[in-house]
Amino acid sequence: MTARRTRIFWMAFAVILALLIVMPFGLPEFWRRFLTEILIWGLLAMSSDILIGYTGMVSFGHSAFFGLGMYGAAAALLTTRPPSLWLALLYGLIAAATVAAFVAYFSTRLRDIYFAITTLIFSQIFYVIIFTWTDATGGENGLAFSRPALAIPGLFSLPFTTLTLYWFVLAVVTGSYLVLRRITRSPFGMVLQSIRENEARTRAIGYPVERYKIVAVMFSGLFAGLAGVLYAIQNRFAAPDFVFFVVSGEAVIYNIMGGVGTLVGPIVGAAAFLLLREGLSRLFPYLASVASQHGLALPGLAEFPYLIPLGIIFIAIVIFMPQGLLGFARRRLNE
Amino acid sequence: MLEEFLIQTINGIVVGMILALVASGLTLIFGIMDVVNFAHGELFMLGAYVGVVTLAGTGSFWLALLVATLVVAALGAAIHVTTLRPLLGRDPLNTILVTFGISLVLQNYALWQFGPVARKINEPFTGHFNLFYLEYPWYRLVIALLSAAIIAGLWLFLKYSTYGVWIRATTQDRLMAQAMGIPVPRLLTIVFAIGSGMAAASGVLFGPLVGVNHAMGLDWVLKAFIVVVVGGMGNLVGSIAASIFISLTESYASLWVSPSQAIIVSFVVLILTLLIRPTGLFVPTPK
Repeated sequence: MTARRTRIFWMAFAVILALLIVMPFGLPEFWRRFLTEILIWGLLAMSSDILIGYTGMVSFGHSAFFGLGMYGAAAALLTTRPPSLWLALLYGLIAAATVAAFVAYFSTRLRDIYFAITTLIFSQIFYVIIFTWTDATGGENGLAFSRPALAIPGLFSLPFTTLTLYWFVLAVVTGSYLVLRRITRSPFGMVLQSIRENEARTRAIGYPVERYKIVAVMFSGLFAGLAGVLYAIQNRFAAPDFVFFVVSGEAVIYNIMGGVGTLVGPIVGAAAFLLLREGLSRLFPYLASVASQHGLALPGLAEFPYLIPLGIIFIAIVIFMPQGLLGFARRRLNE
Repeated sequence: MLEEFLIQTINGIVVGMILALVASGLTLIFGIMDVVNFAHGELFMLGAYVGVVTLAGTGSFWLALLVATLVVAALGAAIHVTTLRPLLGRDPLNTILVTFGISLVLQNYALWQFGPVARKINEPFTGHFNLFYLEYPWYRLVIALLSAAIIAGLWLFLKYSTYGVWIRATTQDRLMAQAMGIPVPRLLTIVFAIGSGMAAASGVLFGPLVGVNHAMGLDWVLKAFIVVVVGGMGNLVGSIAASIFISLTESYASLWVSPSQAIIVSFVVLILTLLIRPTGLFVPTPK
């Protein structure tokens, strides 16, 4: 890696970060919240990129880590007075890390498809527990709570506005990106990539592959839990729907759309997916109203589910563009 | 107590046979094609809906069963040709992604076409017999027998027909099979169609017990995945044994906890399997 390329990378990083900082000024309230959501889902997708892109393991169980982060934050916000942001983060991360350790211990015994199915079933175990344990988790209705303030006890206390929450989330996601980037470039990260390239040879050289995989799943789960905490704070509720495996599937979709093994790709994928979803969900009612103005009655068009074209786009990306949107820049981004 | 135990045994075997029908399609597709079919539950669900529509049109349950099987088998063949055939030779993980996308599309299509309200399939006959204090419907026993018959048919097909021999040869060694002149891509399409048709048949058979809605496939695909892992991936006999084993444990568990929690028992079976025998409970120990 040349010094010049490093300089280009950090200059691009600074420019994009600066753009992201000022972006909400030009946007109405709805789109500010939307940007925050993109960042949170992007963080979830980025956390699973450690496994998909760098270790070569596809996890379909990230909803468990994400959901436990949410419920951990909920526990802290409902039991402590006044609700503390830092306790919410702490509880959420502990909950996610505990679950990640448990899942990692069992699922890393298996490889490839078997790993994917096992993580999926583990996330469903937590879904059923949360769904049926109504006393503690609120069951199907979930838990609602108030948003904590951004405060350091004895120093200051600021209630979150949409804008300051966006900046807070941006700071956390940027920090996570830098940490994850450091991890992937560390000797530990190199071993993960060699597991992806050739597991048998990595083992033969003498690396304890299982231990590396367990730690990778735990790191990944920790950051997924962080995303869950942020989502809980943003939306002020925790619900079992977010533990359901479909959320894990969406995280995988973001990865594939954006490009695995790039860390920023999954965020781009999340942005593309959510923007497409927003656009398509408005397109069909709009088309129906245009059609009715021209005297065409097309029953069902307004309610046409936007997930159908979205699913088809996703299938096309897997078949025709397996590198994803940012795949062309993969080498650059890892330098 | 003994009576409840016996009733749950019968329930477990009945549900286990339907599960075996779903899972053997999944196992067949996995064993020969290395495709993990996430959309299997949606094919099950679509089969049930085609059954609903045909039943409403013709009034014949058996015709509905036949039409649903054929329509969904044709759909399965179309899905295979358009989305899975281009992935031949790529990492099997790609097939998980594509079939996940397919399940998203099919599920939303069903929600849009048929609405969120559950539909009913009427039982083809409504007789009961006395089982202790219960009036047990004959239909449930018929489902179990019919599932067994379909699975037996699959087994005979694999064992004796030309295509069955080709399929088994391709499972053993795809490259060599191709070299011997077996039309592997066409064969894979046929296998996917058969698996889809079996899923659809089980959807129609099971419809009268629960009602048909767009999300009914999710539960089944998860259970079928558990069965496929516990029974040993790609092992047809193992997956049938595992289906009955898991349904029985769930039935017995529901004597003490609610049915929605009883599924945790099958999760525990899965975890223990992974710990003790990761290759599956019902596979002979390799020598």
